[in-house]
Amino acid sequence: MAETKNEVKFSDAAMADIQRYISHYPEDRQKSAILPILHIAQAESGGWVSPEVMDKVAEILNIQPIEVYEVATFYTMFNLKPVGKHVLEVCRTGPCCLRGADQLIDTLKQKLGVEEGGTSADGMFTLKPVECLASCGTGPMLQVREKFYENIENEEQVDAFLEMLRQSEVETPYHVAAYNKNSGK
Amino acid sequence: MGLKILTEHINVPGIETLEVYRKHGGYKSVEKAVKTMTPEEVVEEVKTSGLRGRGGAGFPTGLKWSFLAKPEGVPRYLVCNADESEPGTFKDRWFMEHNPHALIEGMITSSYALGANTSYIYIRGELMFILRILEKAIAEAYAAGLLGKNILGSGYDLDLHVAPGGGAYICGEETALLESLEGKRGNPRNKPPFPAVKGLFACPTVVNNVETIASVPWIVNNTGAEYAKVGIGRSTGTKLISASGNINNPGVYEIELGVPVEEFIYSDQYCGGIWKGKSLKAVVPGGSSVPILPANLILKTVAGEDRLMTYESLADGGFVSGSMMGSGAFIVFDEDQCIVRNTWNYARFYHHESCGQCSPCREGTGWMEKVLHRIEYGHGHQRDIDLLVSVAKQIEGNTICPLGDAAAWPVAAAIRHFRDEFEWHIKHPQEATTPGAVYRGQLNSVTA
Repeated sequence: MAETKNEVKFSDAAMADIQRYISHYPEDRQKSAILPILHIAQAESGGWVSPEVMDKVAEILNIQPIEVYEVATFYTMFNLKPVGKHVLEVCRTGPCCLRGADQLIDTLKQKLGVEEGGTSADGMFTLKPVECLASCGTGPMLQVREKFYENIENEEQVDAFLEMLRQSEVETPYHVAAYNKNSGK
Repeated sequence: MGLKILTEHINVPGIETLEVYRKHGGYKSVEKAVKTMTPEEVVEEVKTSGLRGRGGAGFPTGLKWSFLAKPEGVPRYLVCNADESEPGTFKDRWFMEHNPHALIEGMITSSYALGANTSYIYIRGELMFILRILEKAIAEAYAAGLLGKNILGSGYDLDLHVAPGGGAYICGEETALLESLEGKRGNPRNKPPFPAVKGLFACPTVVNNVETIASVPWIVNNTGAEYAKVGIGRSTGTKLISASGNINNPGVYEIELGVPVEEFIYSDQYCGGIWKGKSLKAVVPGGSSVPILPANLILKTVAGEDRLMTYESLADGGFVSGSMMGSGAFIVFDEDQCIVRNTWNYARFYHHESCGQCSPCREGTGWMEKVLHRIEYGHGHQRDIDLLVSVAKQIEGNTICPLGDAAAWPVAAAIRHFRDEFEWHIKHPQEATTPGAVYRGQLNSVTA
């Protein structure tokens, strides 16, 4: 492992949740918990995972850093570069497009002044078109962190939605930790 | 509206809580199974029911269960595939969101049948809010003695955990899912060995879809023979259909297998007809992987019979004039939709989601996306159509997992049934790239 001490730190609630996930697997299979831990690490680190954050995950799981890198680069939910405060994950797949997803993406590009994958100049929003989110009956739709926003059909709705996000704080998963406490054990 | 095996109580307020769920007969199958039946008897009931895998392949569930190897001293696992990612499919997400205990009950009863003492629900990472709903319900089940040691005093132990994915369609393929659950990249495994022999942590494993597992409690409570009475022929029971696209009432519908397609599209009980008073152009009846059919062929088979919502009827005519039930994702296209654009969209999806292990899929999906993109954007050549057919043919059957087939079929089917629309894009690029322009010529599709 690296010579210098890894300075990345996760909150106590996050560390407790990490330990809970590790406990779900047989003893020598702790690596299985890598995906839930990466989700937690990303939520704890401003919405992306830096090499240092990935190294920290490797340290927690007692595996080689490369084992974390190869997983984090395979799964599309992990952002490997800094992102805006709110990442707009807009569905761009067929069924949503039948109901106007292409137009929604165009509207967002124009309003935020960004291309796909880009972050607005004020650092508030990253536009990240994604594939099917299993909400085809309520498209066009998008996801911000753990929430779905559905049936976004016109510009007024987009404006209201962006304004709502501008005013809102980022919630980490631990606002819901209360009912996780007893689960799985 | 027909029998509701899965959704009878789904709109009851509070059904997501253990208390209300039990008030409506919840967890009866656990009690019946662990106290009065042997695991083999549960497997037999599921075999008798004719239940087929609801994730897309339609393989008989009881048969899959009977393949599970049972070496002494080796743990066995049941893994629920809740990685619902097939475009057009949202039934499992909806079901788990509204009735989480129904899945957990199915997991307990099924795990008992298979002799599993640890089971997992692998859910796609985008559905973290559903993971939290499930974890809450699981905590309630533990507290009520329905999970953990000595369930309901029967001596049977079961731990149940939820594991999130990280955003990868391929992890819906069962061996990729197992790789992912072990904390690795979702690269599908070569088979054999099949998961029934060497699955999770190299132990015998059954992987079943959410809807499949949620159907088990009713079968245990009412017998497999009763379940087999519902539906038609080898399409027994009920099916959740995710209806999307240009219809008046998109949503999830539980149907008894055998409802005519025409009734499903036009009846107010279901899709409620095409939106905005438009007419029907085409349907993808089973998720983005299955062949698209033009209006005439989705409503009637080539023989002129009404097409029904069953595994057999939707497949009638093979890939020449039929399609597949798949995951039950029913995607409807109105007359103003462009088939070329939609095919390009799906090709982009499969290129994006290919794991990259097999060259035909990794390269072929990229080529198809590129060629379709140039046709859609007015730079196509006449030879591109045959090129697409050729690439699709070379992917199909030449990959470790079915993603290659899933990528090839929609392209091949779109050209089969809408070739003149592709030709129009190539011959009239200016017209075809005008915003809002859609080909309205005659379909050169197979007719009676």
